[in-house]
Amino acid sequence: MSLLGKLSLDAIPYHEPIIMGTLAVVGIAGIAIAIAITRAKQWGTLWNDWITSVDHKRLGVMYIILALIMLVRGFSDAIMMRTQLALATNGAEGYLPPEHYDQIFTAHGVIMIIFMAMPFMIGLMNIALPLQIGARDVAFPFMNNLSFWLTAGGAVLINLSLGLGEFAKTGWLAYPPLSEQSFSPGVGVDYYIWALQISGVGTLLTGVNFLVTVFKMRAPGMKLMDMPIFTWACTWANVLIVASFPILTAVLGLLALDRYFDFHFFTNAAGGNAMMYINLFWAWGHPEVYILILPAFGIFSDVISTFTGKRLFGYKSMVWASGAISILGFIVWLHHFFTMGSSANVNAFFGIMTMIIAVPTGVKLFNWLFTIYRGRLRLTVPVLWTLGFMVTFTIGGMTGVLLAVPGADYVLHNSLFLIAHFHNTIIGGAVFGYMAGFAYWFPKAMGFHLNERIGKASFWCWQIGFYVAFMPLYVLGFLGMTRRLNHTNNPDWNIWLYFACIGAFIILVGIVLQFVQLYLAFRDREKNRDLTGDPWNGHTLEWATASPPQFYNFAEIPHVRDIDAFTEMKEQGIAYKKPASYAPIHMPKNTASGVLMAGAATLFGFAAIWHITWLAAVGLISTVVFLLLRAYNNDVDYYVQPDEVERIESLHLNQVKEATA
Amino acid sequence: MSTMTEAAHLVDDSRSLEDAHAHDHEHHDTGENTVFGFWIYLMTDCILFASVFATYAVLFMNTAGGVSGRDIFELDYVAIETAALLFSSITYGFAMIAAHKQNKGATLAWLMVTFALGAVFIGMEVNEFHHLVAEGNGPSRSAFLSSFFTLVGMHGMHVTAGLIWMVVMMIEVFKRGLGSKTVTRLSCLSLFWHFLDIVWICVFTVVYLLGVM
Repeated sequence: MSLLGKLSLDAIPYHEPIIMGTLAVVGIAGIAIAIAITRAKQWGTLWNDWITSVDHKRLGVMYIILALIMLVRGFSDAIMMRTQLALATNGAEGYLPPEHYDQIFTAHGVIMIIFMAMPFMIGLMNIALPLQIGARDVAFPFMNNLSFWLTAGGAVLINLSLGLGEFAKTGWLAYPPLSEQSFSPGVGVDYYIWALQISGVGTLLTGVNFLVTVFKMRAPGMKLMDMPIFTWACTWANVLIVASFPILTAVLGLLALDRYFDFHFFTNAAGGNAMMYINLFWAWGHPEVYILILPAFGIFSDVISTFTGKRLFGYKSMVWASGAISILGFIVWLHHFFTMGSSANVNAFFGIMTMIIAVPTGVKLFNWLFTIYRGRLRLTVPVLWTLGFMVTFTIGGMTGVLLAVPGADYVLHNSLFLIAHFHNTIIGGAVFGYMAGFAYWFPKAMGFHLNERIGKASFWCWQIGFYVAFMPLYVLGFLGMTRRLNHTNNPDWNIWLYFACIGAFIILVGIVLQFVQLYLAFRDREKNRDLTGDPWNGHTLEWATASPPQFYNFAEIPHVRDIDAFTEMKEQGIAYKKPASYAPIHMPKNTASGVLMAGAATLFGFAAIWHITWLAAVGLISTVVFLLLRAYNNDVDYYVQPDEVERIESLHLNQVKEATA
Repeated sequence: MSTMTEAAHLVDDSRSLEDAHAHDHEHHDTGENTVFGFWIYLMTDCILFASVFATYAVLFMNTAGGVSGRDIFELDYVAIETAALLFSSITYGFAMIAAHKQNKGATLAWLMVTFALGAVFIGMEVNEFHHLVAEGNGPSRSAFLSSFFTLVGMHGMHVTAGLIWMVVMMIEVFKRGLGSKTVTRLSCLSLFWHFLDIVWICVFTVVYLLGVM
């Protein structure tokens, strides 16, 4: 074995002009950013205030930055697939050779689910949840920082695969036996395993962290059934995270043992059983889609209630509907492979359980509708996303119920109908939700407003682009087109493939407009400051803080008497009241331990991918050493003194006075 | 460095329960939260084991013409291994009682006994594995042996991690005594150690006892 394992200069794909071009652009952009930071002398700020920060709000912002970058990467994959399929008709080969195309659709799925949607969701949860329950931070602030860097480490690995070696060609599920050593001897599946494994541990820790936060750190007076509905939705999602992510860890571990040490869990030979992988994978995978969607439901609830100026209709039913969805989400995994050949009774059970999920989801939709009923709905950007969701997601839900019929599934499974269905729910549900949350909490997190006009234009591009891109896929599914085709030879499909391609470009405009909107917001930030901290006349406690919130969140922990705690405070006239004196505030210190540990773990992952044994040992041992050093350290906190609190609070209260005068 | 937290702790103790509760809200990472968080982590670990148990249950008959459990398990040997681990749970319990009494010497002594028993368990397991591999019954032989080595080995790696953690805790107790943070860490290791015991009882039953039946 050589010192560098499988790694050599041949791992760089010189012969692929598309990849080399992309790498050049990324490289130039990276150097430009580095130069800009150096010129502005901001490396210190970046390290001290962001990279080592344990502040949940800053970590939230970093999660969302990661998600937006990964959205660009994942969408580039999407638009390449759509243009390839629009060009490669009638027997033409298009511009993407199969081995490259296979990596693209695999990377698209993994990136969009694990490195775009998850960080986006966790970012929004980081920003809003601790504020909503009146806490000063999460239960384990250092672990929160570690979670972020583990997620980022996974993202680094998957993106390294672009310029170093290859990514998996297996589809985002990496089903064996295709993903086994005998059929995928390259490093692609190993990139897949370690990118998911490392980021998965980060997500698991996030779940533990936020559950303890919610159960132990609510403001006095806030019972569980007083928690804001977004917090409740995230809590159910976190229950799902801690209950399902270990299964992913296990199944990826077993696949790794098969590939690295010639075990026989999922191989064709020696008694392995590939269906065991598929069962375990979906026992994680199905709860995962509810991990993505439930927080989005929570965002829609908060948005609808805020912008109608009403209490949310059916708070309790909303909480229990989320709970029902969470539990049902665990007993439907088999609907992903009805064709496995289980008995009719088994398929019927899973089909019926799947259909039942439509009931609590319907409860939620009616709750939102009844909240709007007789309210004065303000048509802001978050509300547009919410209304777009209500229509789009309902269609996706209905096609889901259709696919839940085992008989229908036998015809439609693995076709573009399925692809249309899950994009319909994940884009129309989760992504629209995150976009709504992004626009809703942006002024809170950043202290200034987004550009409303461009924001609305972006929404319409997404909304229209979605229908143009994905409704044709339903038709193509009915016409018999299966997923993961590289080129086609059926003239009946062409027109729909062209439509889908046009739709993807309309969505592209929507994404570009999101970035234009961000640029304009930063450019005009002085004009658009949010001075009150309460730009939407909000109902929950995050709006009781300044924008961006004080690093300690609340100078004095509020006492909660109502679900809409901040509304109640405003009505009682006790909002913005200055207390007689301030007490010292206990805060965690920033630390480099998280980024060092995650960096070492990522190094281990990289070495494992390339079979560089000594480097893997170095990575693993340094991960443990950094952990022990951190665990042994007792100097992790400090107190903010009352005079500093007084100064910060007076500044904020004066701003509120000026803005409302 | 820790004078602040200790002072805060004394204040906690002198207040009524209600006040202490209100005070807790202003704290990060109090002992109670840490233990609760660790308990949730253990539940995730439990699901990790459950997944591998399920895999074992599906694959244990797939011996691919090789040995089955009945051919290779030696119950007498495993019984001694099991006794060592179960007994180490009791001795860890004594260590915790001593820690709560602030008896540093006894805590360290019981931790050492626990460590020794844990090391016996791991030593015997490594010996068993070595034996099997030497006879050509390694994990690559069949799906049954893959899942056997993985399930038992995963438990063994947890116990090994527990042993390393125990060494770190002995150093901490020796150097710092039994402050509130140290006792919290000992409590987490205690949960971890007892949890591994329970998992082992399941392994013993499902793998070894049912295996020789």
